[in-house]
Amino acid sequence: MADTVVSHDIPSVYEPSLFGTYSKKIGMWLFLMSDSLTFGALLYAYSYGRISTAGWPTPFHSTSIVNATIMTAFLLTSSLTMVLAVRASVQKDAKSQTLWLLATMACGAAFVVLHGREWSNLIAEGLTLPMFPAVPGHEASPEFANVAKTVPQFPSTFFTLTGMHMLHVTLGIVYLGVVALRRKFIPILLALWLIAWLATPSYSPFHYGAHVLLVVAVVISIILWLKPKVYDSSDVEVAGLYWHFVDLVWMFIFPLVYLMSARI
Amino acid sequence: MTTHEPHAHAAPQGFLRKYIFSLDHKIIGIQYFFLALVAVFAGMFLSLLMRIHLVWPNASLPFFGQIKPETYLSLLTMHGTIMVFFVLTTAPQGGFGNYFLPIQIGAPDMAFPVLNMLSFWTTFLGFLVLLAAFFVTGGAPLHGWTGYAPLSALPSAGPGEGLGADLWIISIAIFCIGALMGALNFITTTLDMRAKGMTLMRMPLTCWAWFITAILGLLAFGVLLSAGILLLMDRNLGTSFFVPLGTVNGVLTGHKGGSPLLWQHLFWFFGHPEVYIAILPAMGLCSQLLSVFSRKPIFGYKAMVYAIMAIGFLGFMVWGHHMFMSGMSPYSAFAFSIMTMGIGVPSAIKTFNWLGTLWRGRIRFSSPMLFAIGFVSLFVVGGISGPFLAQPVLDIYLHETYFVIAHFHLIMGVASIFGIFAATYYWFPKMFGRMMNETLGKAHFWLTFVGAYAIFMPMHYYGMAGGLRRYSQGTEVAWINSLAPIQKFISIAAFVTIASQFIFLINLLWSMKKGEKAADNPWEATTLEWTTATPPPHDNFGGVTPVVHNGPYEYSVPGAPRDFVMQTDAPVTAKH
Repeated sequence: MADTVVSHDIPSVYEPSLFGTYSKKIGMWLFLMSDSLTFGALLYAYSYGRISTAGWPTPFHSTSIVNATIMTAFLLTSSLTMVLAVRASVQKDAKSQTLWLLATMACGAAFVVLHGREWSNLIAEGLTLPMFPAVPGHEASPEFANVAKTVPQFPSTFFTLTGMHMLHVTLGIVYLGVVALRRKFIPILLALWLIAWLATPSYSPFHYGAHVLLVVAVVISIILWLKPKVYDSSDVEVAGLYWHFVDLVWMFIFPLVYLMSARI
Repeated sequence: MTTHEPHAHAAPQGFLRKYIFSLDHKIIGIQYFFLALVAVFAGMFLSLLMRIHLVWPNASLPFFGQIKPETYLSLLTMHGTIMVFFVLTTAPQGGFGNYFLPIQIGAPDMAFPVLNMLSFWTTFLGFLVLLAAFFVTGGAPLHGWTGYAPLSALPSAGPGEGLGADLWIISIAIFCIGALMGALNFITTTLDMRAKGMTLMRMPLTCWAWFITAILGLLAFGVLLSAGILLLMDRNLGTSFFVPLGTVNGVLTGHKGGSPLLWQHLFWFFGHPEVYIAILPAMGLCSQLLSVFSRKPIFGYKAMVYAIMAIGFLGFMVWGHHMFMSGMSPYSAFAFSIMTMGIGVPSAIKTFNWLGTLWRGRIRFSSPMLFAIGFVSLFVVGGISGPFLAQPVLDIYLHETYFVIAHFHLIMGVASIFGIFAATYYWFPKMFGRMMNETLGKAHFWLTFVGAYAIFMPMHYYGMAGGLRRYSQGTEVAWINSLAPIQKFISIAAFVTIASQFIFLINLLWSMKKGEKAADNPWEATTLEWTTATPPPHDNFGGVTPVVHNGPYEYSVPGAPRDFVMQTDAPVTAKH
């Protein structure tokens, strides 16, 4: 039980915690509850649009579905490596803990890169939002362009849901990076930001989206400055909760957005 | 063997870390309190301009000139947003909750001090972004605090709907993030950091109210955040979540397929719990004060706890009663209507218990008690019109009139504000080490109490007679114009009430410097904040670990040496 604890320099004696666990884990569960309502609202908006629109399009070809399946495989694998990282942290095996965390981050990064490529292809082919600039030198497919024109709800919900999820995966990668490497991760993050910014053409939404990494770098620098501390196994476990949650959300988005909109 | 999050931080040195970027929940609570104080005077000033414009639409004011109808709508929007988010949500929960929740449960600090600091500064940033909307091209938005689409979703829809509306949405989104961090912290602290002996059923009702309020915030603000993101996308990325096919000023909008109703559902799913986020802390505080100043145990402690829970739970089931006007299916309206009237049951339990607490008590009419009794009065009067509005047939007539304005101002606005006033008078000695002036406090109470009724009672009649809300002036419409004397009376009552708030401000600022020194337990109350020094040391209890033996409301216990038994005193044996 979690009662005899030092806080604020003075030992304080507490009532047993209601859930018999440490505060940070409870805090993360609470965050996940609120985040599931945030995603719930987006899924509600998606369902609302889909139900109220006659003739909802099902335009995804096998290439999109195959790509999304590979992405899903990466994400599921990352959950496995995350479990192994938590196990290593419990066994106090610092080296393999770091390795498994990095493996999880790599799988997550593969997911984001594949998803980003998918986005870029769809935008180039005309399944786009009105404010995304056209891709120069690319012929839009009449089919996708028609979907975007007749049912604007389709690209709207697609980009919102998957974009919000992609943001969560990206933040998760950063979170794991901080847990694994702490301060040393900040220069890596800044390098990633520069690469993402310079490597994407100016018409790509990722060109501006990359600045999320810069903002996050500033925020975590502030947090690490306020709270310089050594991370222990509980931090790996709590980060794992977040990571599995983001995977779980994808398990809703993948069938709802991709499979139910596949061209059969 | 698990451990608590180690959050040891020594008492900070240096002005910046001690008073500005402090991790101490007490400093953060005071920061929230002053943020709300600035916000409430800003919001009140906007309402002053509105009241002037409603009665003298052609008046030319110094600095502002003549207020245009669209400016009136901007004032209305900003008044509502500032008051709901940065006063009613910020002061009772962020301010007093932050300061007193940890002390009342016997904890040295919040569970996550860094998160606590971040949530204050996030909220502060949100306030600055909101104020910035006044100063951009086009000015502040027109769409009301509810931000109904399509008005809020189309930059071309009106003068303030350009950059001003974007800033408004961003400010709300920032506020949501701050509120979520705060809510998470409150819940974890309550679950995990209670001192030995402080079982859940020995917590003061204030703590219960803050706890349930935090749960409501945790579940509601995430949805508003999503809604805000979608609205921002509609405005800036050309999506069509909330905008159907249509034209604005004869020009096609370029949107199609969206639904304004989607916004209403998402907004009110947050918006109704928000009403309880504003009022529940005041309910908890009022329960506390009625017991302290009647020198009697609270009547029906457990019923009070379950009633708070029931109100919180039902609060998530009734958002549709804000949307009876939308043409929803009568079956849906019926369900929402029944649920809404169901909230009357726990509310009546609370009112009954408050009266039961007062009954045959030895009442001490100090200023905090006056405001607590005022709260009960306003809660009953403001609440009684709720069951009227809960009926779709009546609501369809009343919803667009001042009747609704009167209803929610009394119950969500003035009643909550009375809770904030009561809390200020009650806890000021602990927070600043000095007493507030009683004479000024009583003058403030009577002027505000009478003023609030003088403003909002006639407003019910104005609404029932057909006076429409959101209209900047009624002079062009004969039947509204015939009601003009009521508007004039309301405005004059409002000027007097607004002026009397400066008594409070002067009392507050003067007492901080010059007030009579306060004892550690000036009200002879039982809860843990009164066991510690005034103001409390950095770790709240000066190295002592509080151990709780009694419930929070042991007043006039037979056989006890004093007429109150502190929670840390030896256990009481006598049962009452």
